[in-house]
Amino acid sequence: MANTEPAVVCSGLVRRYGERRALDGIDLTLDQGQTLVVFGPNGAGKTTLLRVLATLLRPSEGDASLLGSDLRKEGWKVRSKIGFLGHQSLCYGDLTARENLRYHAKLHGVADPAARIEALLDQAGLSGRGDERVFGYSRGMLQRLAICRAVLHEPELLLLDEPRSNLDPAAIEQVEPLIGAAAGRTRVIASHDPAGGLAEADLVLGLRSGSASLFEPAAQVTTDQIGELYR
Amino acid sequence: MSAAHPPSTLSAARAVLYKELTLERRAPQTLTAMALFCASAFVIFHFALGRNEIEGAIASGVLWVTLTLAALLGIGRSFVADREEGGLDGFLLAPAPRSALLIAKAMTLFIFLLIVGLLASMLFAVLLLGPTPTVSQWGSLALLIVLADLGIALVGTLIAGIAIQTRARDLITSILALPLLIPLLIAVTKASEPLLSAGGGTLVGRWLALLGLYDLIFGLLAYALFDYLVED
Repeated sequence: MANTEPAVVCSGLVRRYGERRALDGIDLTLDQGQTLVVFGPNGAGKTTLLRVLATLLRPSEGDASLLGSDLRKEGWKVRSKIGFLGHQSLCYGDLTARENLRYHAKLHGVADPAARIEALLDQAGLSGRGDERVFGYSRGMLQRLAICRAVLHEPELLLLDEPRSNLDPAAIEQVEPLIGAAAGRTRVIASHDPAGGLAEADLVLGLRSGSASLFEPAAQVTTDQIGELYR
Repeated sequence: MSAAHPPSTLSAARAVLYKELTLERRAPQTLTAMALFCASAFVIFHFALGRNEIEGAIASGVLWVTLTLAALLGIGRSFVADREEGGLDGFLLAPAPRSALLIAKAMTLFIFLLIVGLLASMLFAVLLLGPTPTVSQWGSLALLIVLADLGIALVGTLIAGIAIQTRARDLITSILALPLLIPLLIAVTKASEPLLSAGGGTLVGRWLALLGLYDLIFGLLAYALFDYLVED
């Protein structure tokens, strides 16, 4: 039977760092297969929202659930269904790309990891340099490897923080099948690119100082409205 | 969509342990620093004490103070790569049991401490120790090193887990670890004393029992607390 639970539900979600509210009462619902693009200036709370949804940070107040599981009580249930791409690659510089992916594959219990790793490295254009230690990689290569890591276990929900940063146009095309809409995954993407972000969004969330100042279907949002968030 | 199944504690711990040992093999910073510290400390003690040879309580104290301070270096470095390269997040994002990280980190530290402990004891015997221990005394000393290193590894991993969540992590390691290690240090120095004395001696059972009990208590404590320490 198909699971019809919303992919993401947040209700009055608050996350505090000391006294400061990095997220201040976020309400949102995202259905499975949809893409939510989050816009907002630096410090608006985009990364914090993604880290809360990734179970790396606990909500201070309010509720959040992913794929029907309460993040406070059942975070362990959803981790295998989440692919997270943050600002760091989460790969060790003194390991090769293959070793890094093998390590993450073991932590996620990926079936037939060798075949999956080779397919991903090939897709990302890294198979020729997969046995090199990662510390020698350029930022773009590191980003491609991080994308491979994020989708290694074939997650249902992708949480992507500026996924195309440091990528040239060819690399963006290479990773598109992994993190693009065609992959059929539910996605929450933090972006600073109004036109590009709007083009792939079903829903748009605009954050300002931790509060949602915009939450609309993408079809009803203009690039000017997004630009307003940054003024 | 997902073709993955959450790994068992053992399988995840094996993956982390393999990764830790590979990282140390590629860039052997921790072991090198610990071993060099021990060698330097023995040279300093040699001149500070003004004696070519030491034995008994002083020998035991010098050996274990040196090994404990060297262990602090290892404890302080046990989460460095994870902190700097986001490896802790990488682990926390996985559906692996959190106790796997404790087991792997404690095992890594235990292996490092064993290697340094055995090397340092031999160096100590050559540079400072007056009496030459018999084969059975060496065996007893090895048993003490195993028991003490196990306790240090468990306490050290617990402290490192606390420290990684704080900004003053370098201070926290020393401030918390040393007081917690005092019972272990008392037991192991007392137990080592007869083995390092002129005329020789044997292990006293109660000190061994105390070391075993210490390991058990901190093993259980670390297992119970570690999940809460590494998660937000």
